[in-house]
Amino acid sequence: MSRLQQKFEQLKHSGRKALIPFITAGDPTPEFTVPMLHAMVEAGADVIELGVPFSDPMADGPVIQRASERALKHHTGLRKVLQLAQEFRQTDSDTPLVLMGYLNPIEIMGYEAFADAVHAAEVDGVLTVDLPPEESSECITLLKQRHIDQIFLLAPNSNATRVQKMDQVGSGYLYYVSLKGVTGAGHLDTADVEQKLAMIKQHTTLPVGVGFGVKDAETAKTIARIADGVVVGSALIAKIEANLDSPDTAKQEIIDLLSSMRQAMDS
Amino acid sequence: MTEAYNLPTEDGHFGPYGGIFVAETLMPAITELNEAYQKYIEDSEFQAELDADLQHYVGRPSPLYHAERWSRELGGAQIYLKREDLNHTGAHKVNNTVGQALLAKRMGKTRIIAETGAGQHGVATATVAARLGLECVVYMGAVDVERQALNVYRMKLLGATVVPVHSGSRTLKDALNEALRDWVTHIDNTFYIIGTVAGPHPYPAMVRDFQTVIGREAKQQLNEMTGRLPDALVACVGGGSNAIGLFYPFINNESVKMYGVEAAGDGVDTGRHSAPLCAGRPGVLHGNRTYLMADDDGEIIETHSISAGLDYPGVGPEHAWLKDSGRAQYVNITDDEALEGFHSLTKLEGIIPALESSHAMAYTIKLAPTLPKDSIIITNLSGRGDKDMHTIAKREGIKV
Repeated sequence: MSRLQQKFEQLKHSGRKALIPFITAGDPTPEFTVPMLHAMVEAGADVIELGVPFSDPMADGPVIQRASERALKHHTGLRKVLQLAQEFRQTDSDTPLVLMGYLNPIEIMGYEAFADAVHAAEVDGVLTVDLPPEESSECITLLKQRHIDQIFLLAPNSNATRVQKMDQVGSGYLYYVSLKGVTGAGHLDTADVEQKLAMIKQHTTLPVGVGFGVKDAETAKTIARIADGVVVGSALIAKIEANLDSPDTAKQEIIDLLSSMRQAMDS
Repeated sequence: MTEAYNLPTEDGHFGPYGGIFVAETLMPAITELNEAYQKYIEDSEFQAELDADLQHYVGRPSPLYHAERWSRELGGAQIYLKREDLNHTGAHKVNNTVGQALLAKRMGKTRIIAETGAGQHGVATATVAARLGLECVVYMGAVDVERQALNVYRMKLLGATVVPVHSGSRTLKDALNEALRDWVTHIDNTFYIIGTVAGPHPYPAMVRDFQTVIGREAKQQLNEMTGRLPDALVACVGGGSNAIGLFYPFINNESVKMYGVEAAGDGVDTGRHSAPLCAGRPGVLHGNRTYLMADDDGEIIETHSISAGLDYPGVGPEHAWLKDSGRAQYVNITDDEALEGFHSLTKLEGIIPALESSHAMAYTIKLAPTLPKDSIIITNLSGRGDKDMHTIAKREGIKV
């Protein structure tokens, strides 16, 4: 059983929902990342999504775009991110870690070399935004051989056939993008998400995390009622961006926000 | 290549290139577009409307002009220029926007978005949007907004909203990123008119099909004028739409050599260029697999060219395939050489080419003298140079 499966099983047994924070590796500096990951676990994170910076993040809004730009100034590319992941794993053998990014860095590294590197770094899952199931068979095969989960996105306009397809090719969990648009945009329509999740759940047994638009404890609580996991990204990165001259403050504000979400989700 | 060429495959592949590499939210829109495109490309009413627009609105067929003086001066092959610069809006871009706009109308979309580099595609999109009464938003890198101010003004006159893009390198690739972000946000009512043969399937095939009117006409015109096929075709390649438009109808005529001319900027050796086919490597960007300019981490490298329309780190996937298969050859021309091409054609033929097209002119200057006097080159004059007057004057230290 993969670390992700195990984690979602545990949560199910204890009647809790997964809190899944996302930060971009190397933002604002590479030194910030690993201590921040540990602190997020302390604050109640169950699974961590670590963003791999890319020069052309087409599916991201301005907040995560700027995070990528800051990280790339310090040359935090895929190879460096894998080092950071490995460093995190040295003192945390329990928390599943998912790399989230775009396909080109993987293409340039080569699929097999990438799968080997991810395996060596003890990363648990890979979410590649611009790799739909239709183009993913080679990558998935290599990852599966190494017991690494490939996580897929679902969108508000994904129909039942699409969900079934993701259920077949994906593993670990599915990530439901709660609104049409880029990361960090707009507000969640809870009723809409609830209706959509009911449809999704008819076609998959995989856990479903919901992200895009989760900003505070209130939205986290609402989403936790209806989904298996709550993904929060831009709201955390906004804290980093607001405190570029004081990374310690950024770290504390992220811890506070996650703790409040954890509390609200568990209450 | 012995069998008749019929790429892409149904799922949009040209060998290992092309495909559909997009975020999930775009998948339904791309499926919808592909279905509509497959339906209407076979529809005789659609084709009749398109043909009528190309004739009466765009001004086609564009002439195939025997540049006799230029040919004589260069002392080799006879050069025929395909005059896409004489189209309405001044470049080949309008062939495609007329087609995609008709498709948008049939699909019931009320809002058009586009990316633009030199501004030619933006102008061509704003033009058809004005005519059809569609809302139009054009994304343009902030650097390009500055160096192509005249085209920005034209787009605004035509009623389009021009959005300067300040992220990344602030050029064409960033405009494409921003247009994709817009599309994913307004997917229900918006049609994204991509200006080149890149992007996810069906764009590379669809834009090609709308641009092949260039090559079909040229083939027929040359046959009428000389009774034969050309020996070589020359066209500049940024994304590669004017080149594929000229090349495609000749792909199965193996005697016809094809030369795609990339922008070498300061020189391919300097790293400051926009020549992915000559000096890049395969990867995935903007929805397709193709040759790209990327570093060892897969980050996209900033490109450089005097010509905003060629300043792009990728290239259409079909060109990647034509390169690997050896059917077409890809060469490169520096900024300085392009300027020589620009002046040469202007002085000897009284035709002022766009900076993009000047790359094709510069390669023609190299190629023509190596061929016998009875051989024939067709060079695509993809656009006129009016938009570049400021850039060229500034570079040559002249105040306009």
